[in-house]
Amino acid sequence: MTPRQRLWLFAAGLAGLIACYLWAFTGLPGFGHYPGPYGPAILKHVIAQTNATGVVSAVNFEYRGFDTVGEEFILFTAAAGMSVVLRRLRGEREGQGSPADDAASRPVPATSSAIRVVTLLLVGPTAIIGWWLATHAQANPSGGFQGGVILATALFLVYLSGEFIVFRRLSPVALLDAAEAVGAGGFAAVGVTAVALSLPYLYNYLPLGTIPGAVSSSGTIALVSFLVGIEVAAAFVLIIGELLGQTLLRGGGRGGRQGGGRGGRQRVRSG
Amino acid sequence: MTVFPFLVVAWIVAVGLYGLITSRDLIHQVVCLIVVQSSTYVLLLGVGYVAGGVAPYFFDISPHARAVDPVVQALALTDVVVEAAVTALLLSFAIQAHKKFGTLDPHELAEFKG
Amino acid sequence: MTPNAVMDVLQVTVLVLVAAGATLVVRTRDRVRLVLVLSVYGMLLSILFFAFQAPDVTLSELAVGAIALPLILLLTIAKVRKPE
Repeated sequence: MTPRQRLWLFAAGLAGLIACYLWAFTGLPGFGHYPGPYGPAILKHVIAQTNATGVVSAVNFEYRGFDTVGEEFILFTAAAGMSVVLRRLRGEREGQGSPADDAASRPVPATSSAIRVVTLLLVGPTAIIGWWLATHAQANPSGGFQGGVILATALFLVYLSGEFIVFRRLSPVALLDAAEAVGAGGFAAVGVTAVALSLPYLYNYLPLGTIPGAVSSSGTIALVSFLVGIEVAAAFVLIIGELLGQTLLRGGGRGGRQGGGRGGRQRVRSG
Repeated sequence: MTVFPFLVVAWIVAVGLYGLITSRDLIHQVVCLIVVQSSTYVLLLGVGYVAGGVAPYFFDISPHARAVDPVVQALALTDVVVEAAVTALLLSFAIQAHKKFGTLDPHELAEFKG
Repeated sequence: MTPNAVMDVLQVTVLVLVAAGATLVVRTRDRVRLVLVLSVYGMLLSILFFAFQAPDVTLSELAVGAIALPLILLLTIAKVRKPE
C-alpha cells in the first residue's frame, strides 16, 4: 500500500470517528450544565464523613481508593519494566572514564555559573514545597501525586546544575527501590490492615480528628497520600536514573554494523 | 460556548492522530500520543464543569458554595502522573529498537522480522 | 462585565490557544524543537485546567508535562543521537 493510499484510508476512518464523536455530544448536556448526582452528593457529605476539606484528595484516596491503588501499581510496574527493558545487550559495556572524559572529544559548553547558582538555590525550596504538598492532601489543592513529582524535580535540579556525579551518588538504586516498595506496599498494607480489623478493604479506620482540614484529620487519607508521594518521587528518580545510565553505555549490541549503514542512509535523507 | 470545549477536544484528537499516522520518527510518534492523551483530560474536566462554580476546596469558603465536580478532577489527576511513566516505558522500547536496528523510522522498522 | 462573562472569555481564549498549540506540536519535526514546543503546550494546558477551576490538575500537569516529560524526552534523544 503506498503512503498516499494509507493517507486516504486514514482520512476515511478519521471522518467516521469524528462524525460518531460529534453525534455523541448532542446527547450531552452543554458545557457548564453538569447534572450528575454523583458530584453534588459527594460535595454534600464529604466533610461530615471524612473531615477533609480537600474534596479531590478525599475522592482519590477514600471514595475511589481502589482505583488509586491500581493506578499506583501501574506507575510501579512502568518503573520496574524500564529497568528490565533497558538491560545491557551483548557487546555493551559501561564507559570506563567519567562522563567528562567522554565529552572531551565533543565541543560541549560548560554549565554557566548563572544556571549553577539558580538551580542549586532552588533545590531546597522545591524539596520543601514537594514535601508540603505530599503531607497536606486533606486540606488544600495538594496530594501525593503532585507532591511526589515535585520532590523528584528537586533532585533533577541537581542534575541540571551540571553535577551529574552528585546526582548519581544521591540516588542509589537500592535506596530508591526500597522507597518505591515502601510507598506502593504501604498503600496496599493500609487497605489490608482494614481487612484485618474486619472492615471493608481500604476503609478509613484511623481517628478522623475534630477540625476539618487540619493536618491530623481525615484518618487514612493523609497517611495514604504521604505514602503515594514517596512512591511517585522514587519512581520518577528511578526512571531518570535508568535513562542517564543508558548514556554511559558504549558499544552497539547486535545491530552495530547495521546501524552504521542505515544511519548513513538516514543522514542523507534528512540532510 | 455550550459545545466549544468538546469541539476543541475533537480537533486535538484529529490532529494528534494525523501526526501519528504521517510520522517518520518514533519519538515524534510518542509525542503525538501524548497530545491525543491530553485531549482526554480536557474532555474530563469539560464534562464536570458547573457554570459559576468554584474549585471544590472548602478550607476557607462555606461548604455550601456551588462547586465543580470533584470526581472527574480526581480521575484526571492520577491520569496525568501515570501517563508520564508509561511514556517513559515506551521511550525505553524506542531506545532498544534503535540499539538493535539502528533506525527510528517506523516504516523501516516494519520490514524487520524477529 | 460580570465575573461569569470574564471567565467565559478566558476559557475560550485558552481553548483556542490549546488547539493551536496541539497543531504546532504535531507539525514540528526537529526533535529538540519538539521537546520545547511540548513544554509550552504543557504550560498552556495547565492554564486551561486552572480556568476550569481544577488547581490540583494544574499542579500535576505543570510538574509533569512541562518539567518531567521534556527531561525524559531529552535524555532519550541524547541516547539515540548519531555521534557527530
